[in-house]
Amino acid sequence: MSLPTISRRALSTHFRIYAASTGAAFRHQTRSLKTTPAYPGHVPLNWFENAFLAAGSAFMALADPRRGDMVAALGETTAGPALPRLRERMLESAEGRRILRDRPRVNSSTVDMDKLAQLPEGSFGHTYVTWLERCGVTPDTREPVHYIDDPELAYVMQRYRECHDFYHALCGLPVSVEYELALKVLEFANLGLPSALLSTAAAVRLTPAKRARLLSEYVPWALRCGARSLITVYWEQRWEQDTKELRRELGILDPPEPKWRRPLGEAKAAAAKRAQAQEMAQAQAVSQ
Amino acid sequence: MQASSRILRAAVKRTRPLGARQNHSRPQDPSSSTSTTHFGFRTVPEESKESLVRGVFDSVASSYDVMNDAMSLGVHRLWKDNFISLLRPGSKGPIRVIDVAGGTGDIALRVLDFAREKYADRETSVDVVDINGEMLKEGHRRFKKTMYHDTPQVAFQEANAQAMPEDRFPSNTYDLYTIAFGIRNVTSIKDALKEAHRVLKPGGTFACLEFNKVTNPVLGQIYDQYSFSVIPLLGTILAGDRESYQYLVESIRRFPSQPEFARLISEAGFATGGNFEGDGGAWRDLWGGIACIHMGVKV
Repeated sequence: MSLPTISRRALSTHFRIYAASTGAAFRHQTRSLKTTPAYPGHVPLNWFENAFLAAGSAFMALADPRRGDMVAALGETTAGPALPRLRERMLESAEGRRILRDRPRVNSSTVDMDKLAQLPEGSFGHTYVTWLERCGVTPDTREPVHYIDDPELAYVMQRYRECHDFYHALCGLPVSVEYELALKVLEFANLGLPSALLSTAAAVRLTPAKRARLLSEYVPWALRCGARSLITVYWEQRWEQDTKELRRELGILDPPEPKWRRPLGEAKAAAAKRAQAQEMAQAQAVSQ
Repeated sequence: MQASSRILRAAVKRTRPLGARQNHSRPQDPSSSTSTTHFGFRTVPEESKESLVRGVFDSVASSYDVMNDAMSLGVHRLWKDNFISLLRPGSKGPIRVIDVAGGTGDIALRVLDFAREKYADRETSVDVVDINGEMLKEGHRRFKKTMYHDTPQVAFQEANAQAMPEDRFPSNTYDLYTIAFGIRNVTSIKDALKEAHRVLKPGGTFACLEFNKVTNPVLGQIYDQYSFSVIPLLGTILAGDRESYQYLVESIRRFPSQPEFARLISEAGFATGGNFEGDGGAWRDLWGGIACIHMGVKV
């Protein structure tokens, strides 16, 4: 829904009203320090609200997997000490420190898709763009962070969320549930976020055959992958790097062969058609 | 020519009454010339409140009933049943009822069921009025599951409670005007009350069920905590929409208190009970003031 830009005051979730009984409703209104938003979109929560949202979002994410915002909320409310640990990891490496300094974001305005598509085949940038087209996704669907209090940790969380697609592209896995879960196991082993482990509860939604394959092939693969913390990788500076070499550097082994819904050639054709349709729509809009 | 007109203008100026102050003001600040009102805890220009409220209800319409049950833990049903049993529609014969801000049809359905079950009354009719088309659609959908669908007993109309068109809502037509959990969302309560007064017949009843001020401090604290902690989170979890539910709980706090609202009602031309709570009083608190029923009779 669209509301005009919400002022910070409106995002308060706590206040105390010292109301006179005659109904002069707001004689005195105070707000505890903890409730001032620390960044745009920040919703401060106390321990009870945090627990409530964690439980509610866990339930809702399982009941309705299309609620990406609930998966995001679950991640944020259960992050706990894992986020400071990730920040430490980033501060320990030069590349991670560069990420914390630059705070790059991943969306269709910061990532130049056309430029990446022109990179040589086999380079990471090219692989990423091909993967996006093949799965029919864009990098714009990530929910912003709301429930982390420290702005830097909120950025770390946002970065984690936005890099998820890079892991997909690097490992060459599609977006179906079983491959998402395989990646979640990889993320948990690599980064240690509790929500990655909690997400594997979604395995109950898989058919028995897929679940068996997940457990027998993908989980061991994920656990065998290397220990270099993926959060310290400055992906945007590695577009030209060869994908295989990048995998070797990070210790990511080749995953078991996934079953793609669309063959590569067909995906390219579909992407080209979509681009054409978009161009025509834009031209029509301009001429009107 | 210019000199003479200047002299003329100066002469005109001097004829101003002595008491009038020279108006040396700077050009009026544009923001101060538009009046503002509250939208929850925000202050917004008056003209935009209506569309902001519309935005809220467009967004909550499809999950409105589910959210009501979740937020009030089902208690809103008790309050509405209480409301109807106080009004006893149909007890004095078939009546014409107008249910304003009645969107999803909770009150309308209860009125018709009460009249039918207690008094075998199938002539009482309810006009459900709401400013929001989405809410009316939900109401229409709900009524399709009942026996009143496609009968003259229920009609759905889209209109603004503050300004109901006279051709569709002629004066002195209705015996009972109900507004449940709606009046706190109108921009000008006084205008809504004026319209209520207009469309009611003399002797007709005005009845309003609304969230109000809790007088007990302990209950008040618990209620505040619940409202501001749990309800927006329920909105986030169930409907994916925190802001609308934040608005809803804030708008409750902005509503005038029970005596204040009773005063507004009597100023609009209704005869109310005494300025106290309970039987014979102008209002009745439900659950310690969390909800409250105000009634008046058009004189």
